[in-house]
Amino acid sequence: MYSRPSFLGLLVRHALILVAVAWALFPVLWILSASFNPTNNLLEQRLIPANPTLEHYRRLFTDPTVPFPRWLLNTLLVSGFTALITVFLCALGAYAFSRFRFKFRRAGLLALLLVQMFPQMLAMVAIYLLLIRIKEFVPWLGYNTHPGLIMVYLGGAMGFNTWFMKGYFDTIPRSVEESALVDGATPFQAFLRIVLPLARPILAVVLIIQFITTYSEYVLASILLKGTEMYTLAVGLRFFIQAAYDRRWGAFSAAAILGALLILAIFLPLQKLIISGLTGGAVKE
Amino acid sequence: MGGRGVLAQGAKFGFLALLNAAVLWAAIALLLRGDYLFLAILGVGALVLNFVVLSRRAYPLRFLLPGLVFLFAMVVYPIGYTVYVSLTNLQTGNLLTKAQVVAQLEGRYYLPPDHERFTYWAFRNDRGELRVILLAQDGRTYLSEGSELLPVDLADPRFIRGEDGTVVQFETFRRLTLMEIYQSLPALERMALVLEGKHVRLATVREFGTYLRKYEYLRELDAIRDLETGVLYAARDGYFTSPDGVRIEPGFQIYIGFKNYVDVLTNPLIRSDFARVFAWTVAWSFFTVFFSFWIGLGLAYLLNDPYVRGRFVYRSLLIVPYAMPAFISALVWAGLFNTDLGVINRILGTLFGTKVRWLQDPLWARVALITINVWLTYPYMMIVSLGALQSISKELYEAARVDGATGWQRFWTITMPLLWVSVAPLLIGSFAFTFNNFTIIWLVTAGRPAVLGAATPAGATDILISWTYRLAFEGDRGNQLGLAAAVSIIIFVIIAVISGVNFRFTRALEDVSRNV
Repeated sequence: MYSRPSFLGLLVRHALILVAVAWALFPVLWILSASFNPTNNLLEQRLIPANPTLEHYRRLFTDPTVPFPRWLLNTLLVSGFTALITVFLCALGAYAFSRFRFKFRRAGLLALLLVQMFPQMLAMVAIYLLLIRIKEFVPWLGYNTHPGLIMVYLGGAMGFNTWFMKGYFDTIPRSVEESALVDGATPFQAFLRIVLPLARPILAVVLIIQFITTYSEYVLASILLKGTEMYTLAVGLRFFIQAAYDRRWGAFSAAAILGALLILAIFLPLQKLIISGLTGGAVKE
Repeated sequence: MGGRGVLAQGAKFGFLALLNAAVLWAAIALLLRGDYLFLAILGVGALVLNFVVLSRRAYPLRFLLPGLVFLFAMVVYPIGYTVYVSLTNLQTGNLLTKAQVVAQLEGRYYLPPDHERFTYWAFRNDRGELRVILLAQDGRTYLSEGSELLPVDLADPRFIRGEDGTVVQFETFRRLTLMEIYQSLPALERMALVLEGKHVRLATVREFGTYLRKYEYLRELDAIRDLETGVLYAARDGYFTSPDGVRIEPGFQIYIGFKNYVDVLTNPLIRSDFARVFAWTVAWSFFTVFFSFWIGLGLAYLLNDPYVRGRFVYRSLLIVPYAMPAFISALVWAGLFNTDLGVINRILGTLFGTKVRWLQDPLWARVALITINVWLTYPYMMIVSLGALQSISKELYEAARVDGATGWQRFWTITMPLLWVSVAPLLIGSFAFTFNNFTIIWLVTAGRPAVLGAATPAGATDILISWTYRLAFEGDRGNQLGLAAAVSIIIFVIIAVISGVNFRFTRALEDVSRNV
């Protein structure tokens, strides 16, 4: 569809792309600079800092009034557990929908499709009240606990991911497990030893996407967590920088760089894999 | 193999027995609390679990159940509960059930003018426990024992008397000075004592008095009688209300049908907020998708050109906004757009000598938000378009070229129609997602600037979902949970319609109907 452009045409194309690259990277470069800039004030920042310093990074890990390591740890635990459990539970469900024939299977699939259409956060009032209720009975699983938050995320992750994985399992021919079933393995053993290893790509996609999604989730975490020690990074960083752009910009930038770096380090090398998952029907969340 | 089978069976039944024991324990706890809803859920859950473990026919459920439990508890039940709340008046002031309100009111007392008076001495031991000795006007004396008041003879040697003849100590309890009494007033006020069936409480700093019950619930009338004044308060609109219209606080939850929905759509005050928020939500989603799609497609078109070198590097750099966690980008952009400190205003100031009040002016705040969200979204559009462009067959273009079509004609007559087929569902999906993109709105403007004279806490950049959040969690009129839930359901209906349109484009439903 393209014909060889003239030199001028090529120049224009590169120029257009470079303008876009500049626009795309400007905010990132700006906070990168701020994180090395000795001043904490947004107003005095220059793009190339005069006396670069690691002070802001040091402060993140040593200043007890900035519980950044705590927030990062909370986020990693919540996202990690959510992603791992999601993969396992959804694989189980997807396997049943893909391999077994049972009553209400079609109704179940349809229900799954409809339920995953409902954005979970629309029910935030109900979830908030429910977790307060649960806290009365099981304190470690209720409001303002990480297991409680993970439980909420798991519920929200089931619909789409089960549906998504089922599609992949359908492409794995049944014949691969049949010999094992003939040899007396239970379906569960066949699932665990034969189908799961074959489904590794989809497991990885769901694991990574779920991790990134949970890592970035703000609304439910902000409703369900109270107290700075409990915050995830999203809630904590907002709390940290809100109305303090004139005082904490440097430290915030350092935190933002570290928080983003982790995700960029996962995303960029695996972009093909992740994008194949995201464009398979989902939009970035 | 046989031995293992027995072991597995044993483990299965052992697990089931443990589980059922736990369920039984929880059921008793719930029963004692009178929590019948949870009890029912627990009962059904336990039955399903037993069925799944014991029945062969339920084998597939063993795979499905673990995920279903979370799906039900955290999505399906909350949806149902949201629908329920949207039909009630649940809000600050009406949070309790009627039974809870009645119980609270029946625990209230008043001090009649002709009450008995007792002077008192208060005592405390090392563990902080308080006890009082009351001295009636007729000379009788009483000692508190838990919530009971028992007659005592102060001549008893266990009461140690001071120089003025009053009791200063008994057992381990030491008499409080007037100063200490002032410090312990809250605890003294909480003492609810009973003397021969009469309620005795602190009346003034120096006296206890006999109190009478203030309210009585009349079940057959469903009304509260004020025993002091004799006025009857009938249950009406979520409050016990007197014939003159005086309400007793707190109110209670009641079922109000579709009133919240009707309010949103017809109450002129709420409707004007709803209409404004709705219009902005649609504009926000539309412009985000529109601009990010065209920018994304333009870049995809450039990056797909085999004569442009360095495409892989460009692509990786252009994807960065998409790979960044959105909450971080939003907070960073809020800093860049900061009116007094932000770099964008500094650049504008140098170039044009002017400042834009980005996050304070309604129009500019909206422009800033859409700019930010386009920045966040265009890489997705670029990736999607790139994939679609690459899937278009080269031969079509060759044929068009032979027929003498110009590059522009080829783009509009070949590229766009083919691209459209695969991209349209994703654009609709993106629209639906942006429609509810709370995070960006909340972290950049939090819905501000505020709109003067708005009936509900709806700011100029609030979208429906952030409006809901404010109604529920941070209105200055308290938490309007019922109204918030109704707005949630309205959003859901809108999203459902959008998704319904989208289903026509995708194969998702066909997959179900073909029973694959």
